[in-house]
Formats: sequence, C-alpha cells, structure tokens
Amino acid sequence: MSAEGTRIPAIRNLSFEIKPGGFVTLFGPSGCGKTTTLRILLGLEKEYTGSISVPHSETKRIAAVFQEPTLLPWRTVDQNIRLAQPKVMKDVNLDNLYEVLGLTGMGSLYPSELSLGLARRVALARAFALEPSVMLLDEPFASLDEKTADRLRELLVTLWSARPTTALMVTHNLREALKLSDRIIVLSPRPARVVGIFEVSTPRRKRIGRVLDKLQAQFARKFPIDAGEVQ
Amino acid sequence: MQRSLTLLASLLVLLVLWSVIATVWPSRALPPPSDVWSVMLRDFATGELAFHLSTTLTRVFVSFIVAMSIGSAIGIFLGLHRRSDAFFNPWIVLFLNTPALVVIVLAYIWFGLNEAAAVGAVAANKIPNVIVTLREGARALDPRYGDLSSVYRFSWRDRLQHILLPQLQPYFAAASRSGLALIWKIVLVVELLGRSNGVGFQIYLYFQLFDVAAILAYTLCFVAIMLAIEIILVQPFERYSTRWRGVAA
Repeated sequence: MSAEGTRIPAIRNLSFEIKPGGFVTLFGPSGCGKTTTLRILLGLEKEYTGSISVPHSETKRIAAVFQEPTLLPWRTVDQNIRLAQPKVMKDVNLDNLYEVLGLTGMGSLYPSELSLGLARRVALARAFALEPSVMLLDEPFASLDEKTADRLRELLVTLWSARPTTALMVTHNLREALKLSDRIIVLSPRPARVVGIFEVSTPRRKRIGRVLDKLQAQFARKFPIDAGEVQ
Repeated sequence: MQRSLTLLASLLVLLVLWSVIATVWPSRALPPPSDVWSVMLRDFATGELAFHLSTTLTRVFVSFIVAMSIGSAIGIFLGLHRRSDAFFNPWIVLFLNTPALVVIVLAYIWFGLNEAAAVGAVAANKIPNVIVTLREGARALDPRYGDLSSVYRFSWRDRLQHILLPQLQPYFAAASRSGLALIWKIVLVVELLGRSNGVGFQIYLYFQLFDVAAILAYTLCFVAIMLAIEIILVQPFERYSTRWRGVAA
C-alpha cells in the first residue's frame, strides 16, 4: 500500500526457508521489500496472501531489532529492557548481558541521555533479554559510523554465539551480511523474489580483512548485478 | 526567591490601589479590603464559608472527573478510528458551540433541579473540549511504539501504562488545566440557577442584598483555593510525569 492508497506490490512469489539455529540474511537493494517481509513475519503487516510457518520450539518468543532503536523515551534503560520480557523472566539476572554490551551502570539513564550507538546496544539487550527462539533484525546498525557499527556487529556475534537462536536479518550492506550470516538469501529489486542463495562457511571470527574481501569477490562472481548495485 | 518576592509585591500593590480607590470614592459598590476581610472572618466563624466552599469544591471535582474520563475515552476512540470520527465530528462541533447556559437550563428541565443534573450539566459542558484535545493526542500516537508493544507482546495494562498514557500525558495536562478553570466557573452558574448551596448560590443571594463585600469575600476565597490546587497538586504532578524530558542531552 502506498501513501495515496493505491496498491503497490512490495513482494511477489517470495518463498524461502530458514534452518532453526541459523543466522540468515535477506540481502537486496533498498526498497525491494525486505522490511515489508520482516513486518509480515512479525505480524505487523496484515495485507498479504501466503503462508508463514514458524517451527515449534519450547518457547515461541520472537524478538525484533528495528531500524531505529525504538526505546520508550519516558522509561529508563532498565525499564525498557524489563518491559519487553515475559512475566516469568522478570527476575532473571541481566548483569552479564549488560556487561557484554558495555551497559553496566547505565540502567537508570533515560534514552535521551544515550548516544545512538548506546541506544542500539540497549535495543540489542532488549532483544536478547527475552531469550527468543526467533530473532528478526531490520538493518540493526543503520546510520552508525562504520567503526561503531563494526563493534556492535562483533557484540551481536558474541551474544548470538553464546545462545544461538534462529536469526533473520535484513540489510543492503553486503559486508555486514557476509560478516554475520551462515546463509544469504539474495533478493531482486521490487517486487522482491529470491535470486539465489549464498552460503558462508568460513568461521565468523576469520571474516576480516583479506578473507572478507575474498568472500565479497566470490559473491560478486555469483551475483554480478546485485553486488554491483549495492556497492 | 526573586520571583516570589515580585509576586508578593505585585499583589500588595493591587491591594493598596484597591483600598486607595475605595477611600477616595466611598461607595457600596466597592467596599475597602478591610470590609471584605471582616466578612470572610465572620462567615468563617459561623462555618458558613467552609460549608459553601466545600460544597462547590465537591461539585467541581466530581464533574471534573466525570468530564475527563468520559471525554478521554471518547476522544481516544475517535482519534484511533477515522471513520467513526468522520461520523461523529459534526456532533462534537455542535456540542462545542452550544452555550453553557443552554446546557444547564435543559439539564434542569429534563432531569429536575437535583445534584445529578447540576454535576452532569457541568461535565457535559466540558466533555466536547476534552474529546477534541485527546482526539488530537490519539492521532499523534507514534506507530513505532505500537509495533514495539505488539512484537514484544505487551499486556494491555503495560500498553496503557507504558505506551499510551505517557504519549497522551501532555494532552491530559492541557485538558485538565483548561478544564479546572472552565469547570469552576460553570459550577457557579449551575449553583446560581438551581441549587440552594455553594459559592454560586451565596453570590446570587448577596447580589440581591447588594452586599458587594460578601460577593468579593466568597469569590476571593474560592479563587485562592483553586490557585492553591494548581500550585500544590497540578504543577508538581506535571513536573513528575515529564521528568524524563528534563534530562534531554
């Protein structure tokens, strides 16, 4: 749906599967319908036909990291994180999570006192504090400088490795996709459909410098148009 | 400190000006402050002042609460449902433009000269106002917080307490600020027209006796109480509920 009320298909015949416990990225050009796909999976978009099946697991909790941190400005960092947790988890100790994310001692601050980088850490903490079975990330590091974004990507890998959950990330940043994912689903421009799949088996901690460049070259060979369009 | 001194000086000058005018042109229409003060003391001693003040104050609070709760509920609903809003908007415009006096007279005719009609008439005068303000608030709700609360499965209580009310707080504040001031003025008219107690009734009584000192005594006492409520209750509450704004970097 566009602002004028006319229907514009954002995605069409889009179909993909995700293995439980994997880190999968939907990669495609800006405006190709990636965010719409995530919103459908999150149950926020009702205007679609098709089916979604989320595999059964002991907890059916879903967490999301949005394009913006989306913290409640009138609640402290602590309250923002605790509010997102289900009742049974409200007493779980979060000190370790705070420590990994470098948020120790910031629990009583309001979001307006945080930098964007810190606010994004809180958004990550909120998602992980839930111990979700599925985590959806919508360009979680957009509008950060590269250094801060890289630091946060490392933190995300650390947290995710400590407690792997099925993660689906959306991004148009190829290096980010290559650094974080086991599998990249490449989408076409709008309306989005799957162009192909790129598997990354190199261990995450080795995906730096030359290795990352090589991965990028491999990717460019397999998907010449898409890589060019994004970079 | 500086500000309260200025306030004190300003009020003192007004008092002096009043007594000077009252001494230069002695008239029944403008008694000096000392006369007004002695009426206050007299009626305070008999307990009459406290009785009428508390009666009026009770009416102000009951109608304030009725108006705020009904008005907010309708306002928020209309702000979130565009089609109902389009349908009911002409009704609201109609009620907004109906003079307070007409509502009061009709309420007394339809429901009799009783307390419920009095309080209801006051509330009915205020409700359209609250509706319009809170409707604006509900329209301005940020959909991102709605998405957040549905993804993280907030309970309805959490949604109300942590998502809805904080966003509507400025609109509640605006509605209650203008609400208290408007309501206590309408309450006096309601009392004048159809009640046998309260500040409005007393003022009507002293109007017929042409006792200006007593009229001023009751008015000043009531204004003083309303100001005290504003300073002691409304302002600290507003400071408390907007404390997160103060720390903006």
